[in-house]
Amino acid sequence: MKIVVPSPLVSYTQAREVEARGATLAAVFADLDRRYPGLRFRVIDEQDKLRRHMRVFVNGEQEFDLARSLEHADTVQIVQALSGG
Amino acid sequence: MSRRTAKQAKQKKAPARARAKQVSRPLILVATRKGAWIFHGDPARRSWRADGPHFLGHIVSHVVLDPRDRRTLLAAAKTGHLGPTIFRSTDFGRTWKEAAHPPAFPKAREGEKGRVVDHTFWLTPGHASEPDAWYAGTSPQGLFRSQDGGATWEPMPGFNDHPEYRLWMGGEQDGTPDGPKLHSIIVDPREAKHLYLGMSGGGVHESRDGGRTWAPLIKGLEVVEQLDPANVQFHDPHCVRLCPSNPDRLYQQNHCGIYRIDRPSNEWVRVGKAMPKKVGDIGFPMVVHPRDANSAWVFPMDGTSVWPRTSPDGRPTAYGTRNGGKTWRRLDSGMPATQAWWTVKRQAMTADARDPVGLYFGTTSGELWMSRDEGERWSCIARHLPEIYAVEAAEPR
Repeated sequence: MKIVVPSPLVSYTQAREVEARGATLAAVFADLDRRYPGLRFRVIDEQDKLRRHMRVFVNGEQEFDLARSLEHADTVQIVQALSGG
Repeated sequence: MSRRTAKQAKQKKAPARARAKQVSRPLILVATRKGAWIFHGDPARRSWRADGPHFLGHIVSHVVLDPRDRRTLLAAAKTGHLGPTIFRSTDFGRTWKEAAHPPAFPKAREGEKGRVVDHTFWLTPGHASEPDAWYAGTSPQGLFRSQDGGATWEPMPGFNDHPEYRLWMGGEQDGTPDGPKLHSIIVDPREAKHLYLGMSGGGVHESRDGGRTWAPLIKGLEVVEQLDPANVQFHDPHCVRLCPSNPDRLYQQNHCGIYRIDRPSNEWVRVGKAMPKKVGDIGFPMVVHPRDANSAWVFPMDGTSVWPRTSPDGRPTAYGTRNGGKTWRRLDSGMPATQAWWTVKRQAMTADARDPVGLYFGTTSGELWMSRDEGERWSCIARHLPEIYAVEAAEPR
């Protein structure tokens, strides 16, 4: 499925849009980490929670649950939260 | 017989180490709130070339050159949004490779609240007999070790998970404004298993078994008024340094003064009481001489009233002692005489190993300063950098 990544992660993916596989968000992040080692830990902490200033949208809707199931046609967008100054 | 010049003959007689010193080009490793810089010096330490930024936009807490191979650099970094990681270079920053497993706490059991590393704050190379070992201190307080040159890191459960030790650390709200930190990881050069560390807050601790068990080393240290000095979590060491020329002597800049300890004594002595009253003995960095355990330097900070964390009276200065802290001398030649409100963070002042010793510090206002004569005269090497978090002097291979 299509994964849209924010500019801070392009150093890993070398592209703003990449492909990944997985039946859940957690599986997609595991696949992303296989393809782009190190990416997952920059977004998800060691307690398997999205980091405080990172957000994930599935088909345009915000999702916090990494167990959320996905279809191949879904689009996952990783976003750097609008925070800080 | 080959013909040799007098200079060549002299070089042949000089010990190999001395010859290496003559041609080596020093580095200053500067970690800032917005990236890292490597300053390359000429052999005389008179001119410096800035190489950077590395990791522009990353909050870099520490960059350290491995003194054992003198070519491996580790950098502790994160951004405001992305999680913490460690980068490694073996070509002086031309290329960097990210750690496969950066420092991270274990996943908590179901129903328990797990800890999350916000950033790796401190890096210490392991003992000379353990060439690939490194230690890392994190915020919140955690102790981690790598056995493969920084590629993968494991938590040290003897420290991180001990119920009593976790009491020493206090709560997450009990640390510094940037979060509670584990810092000043020190390896005794005589014994790989003999370690010290400091926590803000949480006191100074010592291990004699490679980090499996720890004991507080806080006797003699003062705490904020009305609090109980016997309670470890009230202690706030800012920076602890061991003297390479006498590993039984350590100096400490603490939230409540400057201290010295001479082992096997377990009691710190507040040598900062000899500082001028108007300046006080509050600050963050602590620097020791590489060959003279009686010489050390501090950089005082205004710790009065609301803790402005500026140079006292807007007049920055280092202070140095040549007698183990019995007396201190103001060392501000070349620094601004007035209206300079920056200060120096705990990792942002250091010494090289040359003769005379070079001293270096980076400021909260992004200036990099040095002295080639042990603090007698200071000059500014660079301005307009981001806020400087850490400065290390290094001699590459």
